[in-house]
Amino acid sequence: MSHPTTVDPHGPHVGHEAHHEELGFWRKYVFSVDHKVIGIQYGISGLLFLFFGFCLMMLMRWQLAYPGAPLPIIGALFGEARMPGGSMLPEFYNELGAMHGTIMVFMGVVPLAVGGFGNFVLPLQIGAPDMAFPRLNMLSYWAFFLGGVTMLASFFVPGGAAQSGWTSYSPLAIIAGSGQTWWLVGMIFLITSSLLGAINFITTTIQLRAKGLMFMRFPFFVWTQFVTAFLLLLAFPPLEAAGVMQLMDRVAGTSFFLPSGLVVSGQPLQVAGSGNALLWQHLFWFLAHPEVYVLILPAMGIVAEIIANNTRKPLWGYKPMVYSLVFLGFMSFIVWAHHMFMTGMGTAMATFFQTTTMIISIPSVVILTALILSLWGGSIRFNTPMLFALGFLPMFGIGGLTGLPLGLNVSDIPLHDTYYVIAHFHYVVAPGTIFALFAGVYYWFPKATGRMMNETLGKIHFWGSMICMNIVFMPMFIVGMAGVSRRLFDGGATYDFAQPILHWNAVSSWGAWIMALFQLPFIYNFFSSMWNGEKVGDNPWEATTIEWAAPSPPPHGNFSTEPVAHRGPYDYSLPGAKKDFVPQCEA
Amino acid sequence: MEIPYTVEARRDTGLNNGKIGIWLFLASEVMLFGALFASYILIRTGSSSWPRGDTILSVPLATFNTLVLISSSVTMVMAWASLMRRKLGTFRMYIGGTVLLGLVFLIVKYFEYSDKFHHGHFPSTDNFYAIYFTLTGLHMLHVAGGMAVNAYFWGPGAKQYYTNPEWFTNRVENSGLFWHFVDLVWIFLFPTLYLL
Repeated sequence: MSHPTTVDPHGPHVGHEAHHEELGFWRKYVFSVDHKVIGIQYGISGLLFLFFGFCLMMLMRWQLAYPGAPLPIIGALFGEARMPGGSMLPEFYNELGAMHGTIMVFMGVVPLAVGGFGNFVLPLQIGAPDMAFPRLNMLSYWAFFLGGVTMLASFFVPGGAAQSGWTSYSPLAIIAGSGQTWWLVGMIFLITSSLLGAINFITTTIQLRAKGLMFMRFPFFVWTQFVTAFLLLLAFPPLEAAGVMQLMDRVAGTSFFLPSGLVVSGQPLQVAGSGNALLWQHLFWFLAHPEVYVLILPAMGIVAEIIANNTRKPLWGYKPMVYSLVFLGFMSFIVWAHHMFMTGMGTAMATFFQTTTMIISIPSVVILTALILSLWGGSIRFNTPMLFALGFLPMFGIGGLTGLPLGLNVSDIPLHDTYYVIAHFHYVVAPGTIFALFAGVYYWFPKATGRMMNETLGKIHFWGSMICMNIVFMPMFIVGMAGVSRRLFDGGATYDFAQPILHWNAVSSWGAWIMALFQLPFIYNFFSSMWNGEKVGDNPWEATTIEWAAPSPPPHGNFSTEPVAHRGPYDYSLPGAKKDFVPQCEA
Repeated sequence: MEIPYTVEARRDTGLNNGKIGIWLFLASEVMLFGALFASYILIRTGSSSWPRGDTILSVPLATFNTLVLISSSVTMVMAWASLMRRKLGTFRMYIGGTVLLGLVFLIVKYFEYSDKFHHGHFPSTDNFYAIYFTLTGLHMLHVAGGMAVNAYFWGPGAKQYYTNPEWFTNRVENSGLFWHFVDLVWIFLFPTLYLL
């Protein structure tokens, strides 16, 4: 989970920590309380889970492109219970689908964006020696780790992993096999981890910021992490409550989510009944809509840092961006039922939630517009982090704008639950958030290791991923608008109306498999650059924010002298200054 | 390496880290129990019939338990106040009393639960019992958690008093905030489940 270059006590920058006793291997790299080690643990775990979730999806794409055809070579590895003769069973397809979503959201993107970048960068950016509660920080990583192990183990229980989608709708999830119980237990670990992390992030941001670092001098990334932490803190507990109730329904035989008179496979279900199936959806989406912003806000923060740095200009409209961000955080708590227009919850509810949904699109557009306008008149450096950050802008734009028809309940009716929805939110999260996360990896890698990642490999990675992402997801708009449901295990092959567009399924699939090849340069680059990358100084990007004033890699305790913030975060190209950037902690 | 503001308050916020942390934690707890109370309302209003709590559950026992928990909040405050006056012996007496009162609460709950099980009432019986067992069960877990922390401060944790009494006092105060919250949840649970 960690690598020997994280904290190098023999490096050139031995600060005031040098006299401290040496910690053993386990305390230093495994059960560490240092925010940087924990951040890297989170980051690498998150990247591994992202890759694993991607592999699940590549398997599904085979079934969608060539329904029923035996998967060559590796198909036999999955055994007769999952893929007899190499052809995928529907149950296994459902497992892959449910776990792809769960892993990508809760074990991939959030741990990398919040646990990884938040832990590593936020304390450095506010000039803190560590997080406010270092041991709690370690606990939160290990709670996440246990949750991850539980989820992975669920593939091997009788009946396999959860099959009811990442949303685990009731009653389906309650009558499902034992994998669902594992899913719930795993989720409780993951939720605990996020809650502990959120408490730590907020306290750290409020208490440990450097002298002179008022809130309006925060880098935008710090603001995004701060708001994200509030979303995690307040939105996750209701899902925990829902998880407890679903667990009770499954284990103790209660009927929280089971209505009366439920018939399963022709047999009336022997339960007390009179529960409410929609209640699960309300509680789930009360978390899961803020969760969407948990996925996107840190990404916006990363992109903002990189754009300011590589345009050599202050961000355009820092204050409106911050106000939009905070407003967006508030609003994200009252839009959840736009996921439920088709549930029969009533037109009054639908009207309310489509209105709030239209309102919340405004701050998102303000932030995106400000980021685009920030490019105006800059002398842009097209390095790898900047390419990924620039790629984020149109991709997130496509994802966001295609969400509008889904947020209006009339146009949602034909589009609901089709591949259009899949295309929409993947444009936000995959070429959107994940591109921003890649940008962040390339950008802060030299801070974590003291070495640069290879630019050529990085550019191959970017262009390959950029093109393939669109090959994967653009066809899904077409398939979705033709009316193909996202839940079909054969990608619509049995439906007459789907015949004219079925070939697009194979296009998407090939896009995904080729994209996998373009991740190989990244994986190689990541590991080889740790040891062989070009050595650089503390501030290779000539950036202004405080993390670049720390040595690379920063020692335990981070700064050799206590940093003081004298100015705003983005004093690039200041008229009359000697250089084109003035660091935040320079008087 | 020292984390700043672990003990002393930061001047511009007026708070130490632990105080902010515990209030944030309580905010998330409010959301947790808030979601459960909201579910209770939705399930109850959606049911064709719903029993009045006092026809099923024992109001005298619950009233007794309410008094027990309120008393334990008083002893909790007294424990912290004793530490503020740097009287470790008195602190030990009061924090021990708080733990014991928590234990009394759990014992009474045990008799209530076993009475229900004895009469064949389980969470699966109907949604009244489902929500009763879930809410009170989760609350009991919180009581047990608070007792564990307080017992730690009564026992091995008290060593910190000799090295850093101020920090120790702060930690007891935070534990007290949690304990009052657990008490407060019961103050809502009692009328909701037993009286309405």
